[in-house]
Amino acid sequence: MLDLLWTVPAIPFVGFLILAFFGKRLSRYIIEAIGVGSIGLSAIFAILVAINFMSSPPAGYSFSQRLWTWMSVAGFSPGISFYLDSMTVVFMLVITVVGFLIHMYSAEYMLNEEGYSRFFAYMNLFVGSMLTLVLADNLVLLYLGWEGVGLCSYLLIGFLYKDPSNGLAARKAFVVTRVGDTAMGIGLFLLYTQLGTLQIQDLLSSASDTWQVGSPLAIAAAALLLGGAVGKSAQLPLQTWLPDAMAGPTPTSALIHAATMVTAGVYLIARTHVIFQLAPIVMTFVAIVGAATLLISGFTALTQVDIKRVLAYSTISQIGYMFLALGIGAWAAGIFHFMIHAFFKALLFLAAGAIIVSLHHEQNMFKMGGLKNKLPVTFWTFLAGSASLAALPLVTAGFYSKDAILWYSFSSEQGSPWFYVIALLGAFITSIYTFRMVFITFFGEAKIEVSHPPGKRIKIPLIVLGVLSIIGGFIELPHTLGHWPAFSEFMSNALPEVHVPHELYSLEWIFQIIAGILTLFGIFIAYQLFLKNTALKDKITQNSFSRVLARFWFSGWGFDWVYDKLFVQPYIWLANINKRDVFDLIYSLIAAVNRIFHVILTLTQTGRLRWYAVGIVFGAIVTLYVVVFA
Amino acid sequence: MISISLEMGLLLSAILFLLGLIGLLVRRNIVFMLMSVEIMLNAAGLAFVLGGSRWAQADGQVMFIFILTMAAAEVSVGLALILLLYHKFKTLDVDAASKMRG
Repeated sequence: MLDLLWTVPAIPFVGFLILAFFGKRLSRYIIEAIGVGSIGLSAIFAILVAINFMSSPPAGYSFSQRLWTWMSVAGFSPGISFYLDSMTVVFMLVITVVGFLIHMYSAEYMLNEEGYSRFFAYMNLFVGSMLTLVLADNLVLLYLGWEGVGLCSYLLIGFLYKDPSNGLAARKAFVVTRVGDTAMGIGLFLLYTQLGTLQIQDLLSSASDTWQVGSPLAIAAAALLLGGAVGKSAQLPLQTWLPDAMAGPTPTSALIHAATMVTAGVYLIARTHVIFQLAPIVMTFVAIVGAATLLISGFTALTQVDIKRVLAYSTISQIGYMFLALGIGAWAAGIFHFMIHAFFKALLFLAAGAIIVSLHHEQNMFKMGGLKNKLPVTFWTFLAGSASLAALPLVTAGFYSKDAILWYSFSSEQGSPWFYVIALLGAFITSIYTFRMVFITFFGEAKIEVSHPPGKRIKIPLIVLGVLSIIGGFIELPHTLGHWPAFSEFMSNALPEVHVPHELYSLEWIFQIIAGILTLFGIFIAYQLFLKNTALKDKITQNSFSRVLARFWFSGWGFDWVYDKLFVQPYIWLANINKRDVFDLIYSLIAAVNRIFHVILTLTQTGRLRWYAVGIVFGAIVTLYVVVFA
Repeated sequence: MISISLEMGLLLSAILFLLGLIGLLVRRNIVFMLMSVEIMLNAAGLAFVLGGSRWAQADGQVMFIFILTMAAAEVSVGLALILLLYHKFKTLDVDAASKMRG
C-alpha cells in the first residue's frame, strides 16, 4: 500500500498537464471534474497511505521510494524519490485534504471568472509541487518543489492580470521570496561542499557526526536555510509580500497564502532540525524572529480595514507562533499549530471569500455589517474559525495548539519568560483583532445588500473545515486536560521531543488559565470597542498620538516604506544612471568602427567598372609586393 | 634555329600584359575592353608556354590550352553581356552603366 506514495504527487501533475494542454477545448463541467477530481483522488491515496503508515508502521518509522535517478554528475545523483515519515504524513494529509476542499470551493467561486481552466491548471500544479516539496528525500528535489510553489504563487497572485496592480503584487511576492531562496540555494551549496550529500537523512546524520554543537559552519548552514524559510513563510524581515499577495483570487489566498505554501519554511526548519540543533544561536534567532513577527503583524492586523488583509497579517502572525515553537525546540507543537492553522485559516479565507462574492466583491469590512442572519452558514463557520484563531479555551482546536506553544515558550529549556510574555501578548491581540473582524462584519447594521448567497460547493468545505477547526485539537490533549498526546507521540518518530524540567509540570494549569482569561478578555474588549460602545473607541482613536500610531500600524510598521527608500529607489536611481549601460559602450564602439568603415567603403562603390578594374590592379600589386618582398 | 632567351620572351609577355591592362583601364568602349582582357589572357598564356619550354615540361602548354578554352567561354558570355548592354543603353560606353553605385 505504501508503494502508492508516488501517486499522491503524480495525480495533480497529470491533472495540470491535461488542463494546461487541452483546457481551452474542454467544457467547464469536465474542467471541474479534472481539476477537483485529481486533488480528490490524490487525497484518497494520501489517506490510504497514511492509514497504512499508521496502522502498520514500516521499519524505522520511515519509508522511501525511489522512482528514478534525476541526474548523475560526478558522483552526485539526486533521485526523483520520496521519503515518508510521520511529519510528512501530516503535511501530506493537510495539503491534499484541505487542498481538495479548497478546490471544491473554487469550482463554484471561480465559475464566472475568465480563465477557469487556467486557474485549475495552476492550482493542480501548485498541489503537485507542494507535495513534491514535502515528500522529497533530497534537498535538490525539495528545492524544485520549493520553486514550483513559488512559481504557482506568482501565477495565481497575478491571475487577474488585466489589472496591473495584481501583476505588481505578483512581482513583489516573487522578488521578495527570491531573496530568501537565494540564501537557501547558497545554503544547499554549503551543505553539499561540506557534507558531500544532499540526501536529507544522510545529510542530517553526517552533519551531527562532522560538526560540533555551535561550530561556525553549522551556524552558517542553519542561518542560510533560515533565510529561505523566512522568505517563504513571510517572516520578519521578508514579510512584506504576503499582504499584497491577497490580490490573488480568494481560494488562492486560502490554499497558498494561508494553509500550505507559507508554512513551507516551517517544514524546512523542522525537516533539517538536526542542523538547527547544532547551531543553538540560530535556534534562538528563529524564536526571536517568530516572536517579533507575531507581535508586529498582530498589531498591524488590528488596524486593517480590508478583511483579507486582516487575515493575511494574522497568517504572518500565526506562522510567527510556529517559528517561535521551532526556535524553542518544541518541534511537534510547531507542526501541530501548522495543522490546526491550516484548518482554521483556510476556513476563514474561504468564508471571507464567500462574503466577498456575496457582496459584489466588497472587501472593506466597514462597508459590511449585519451579515449574521443573511449568511448563516458563513457566519457560524466563520465564528468557528475565529474562535479557533483566537484560541477560545477548551472548545476550539486553536486553543490546544497555541496553548502548547505558549506553555513551551516558557517551560522548555530554550524558552524564556520573555518569549512567553510576547506570545501571550500576541494571543491577546489576536483575540481582539479576530473578534473585531467578526463584530464589524457580521453584527451591527446591514450596510450592503446580499446579492446571491453561496451554493452547496461553497458551504460543504466551510462546514467540514469548521468542524475540523473545532475538533482537530482533541488529538493532542495537554497534561492538565486528559493527557492524551497522540499527535506529539506520533511526531516523536520524526522529531525530537521537547524537554521540560519536571518541577514545572505542576504549574501548567496556571499558564492555561492566564491564556484563557486573556483570550476572553480580548474578546470582551473587541465587543466593547467595536459593537457595544463605539463612542469609547472613537474617543481612544481621536487623539493625535493614537492616530499616528494607527497609521504606523496600518502601513505594516513602515516596512514597505523603508524597503522602498532603502532598496527600490536606490536601485531605480542606479538603473537611471546606467540607462546607457557602461559595458554596452565597448560593444557600441565596435559597432561604431564598423559603421565608419562602412561609410568609407561605400565611397569606393562608384558603379564605374573601370575604377573597379583599377582596384583589382592595385590589390594585385600589393599582393605581389607582399609575396615577393615580404 | 634562332633561340630566343627566356628573358626576352617574358619581357614580351609583360609588355603584352601591360598593353592589355592599359587598354582595359583607359578605354571606355566595352568591346575594346573585352579585347584588352583577351590580350592579357594571351600574355599570361605566353608566359606559361615559355616556362614549359624552359623546363622542357608539357605542363605549360596544357595550361595554355586551358586558358584558351576559358577565354572562349569568357568571350561568349562577355559578348552576350555586351549585346544586352547595347540594347539597354543604346551605347557601348561602359560608364553609362554606372547605376549600381554606393
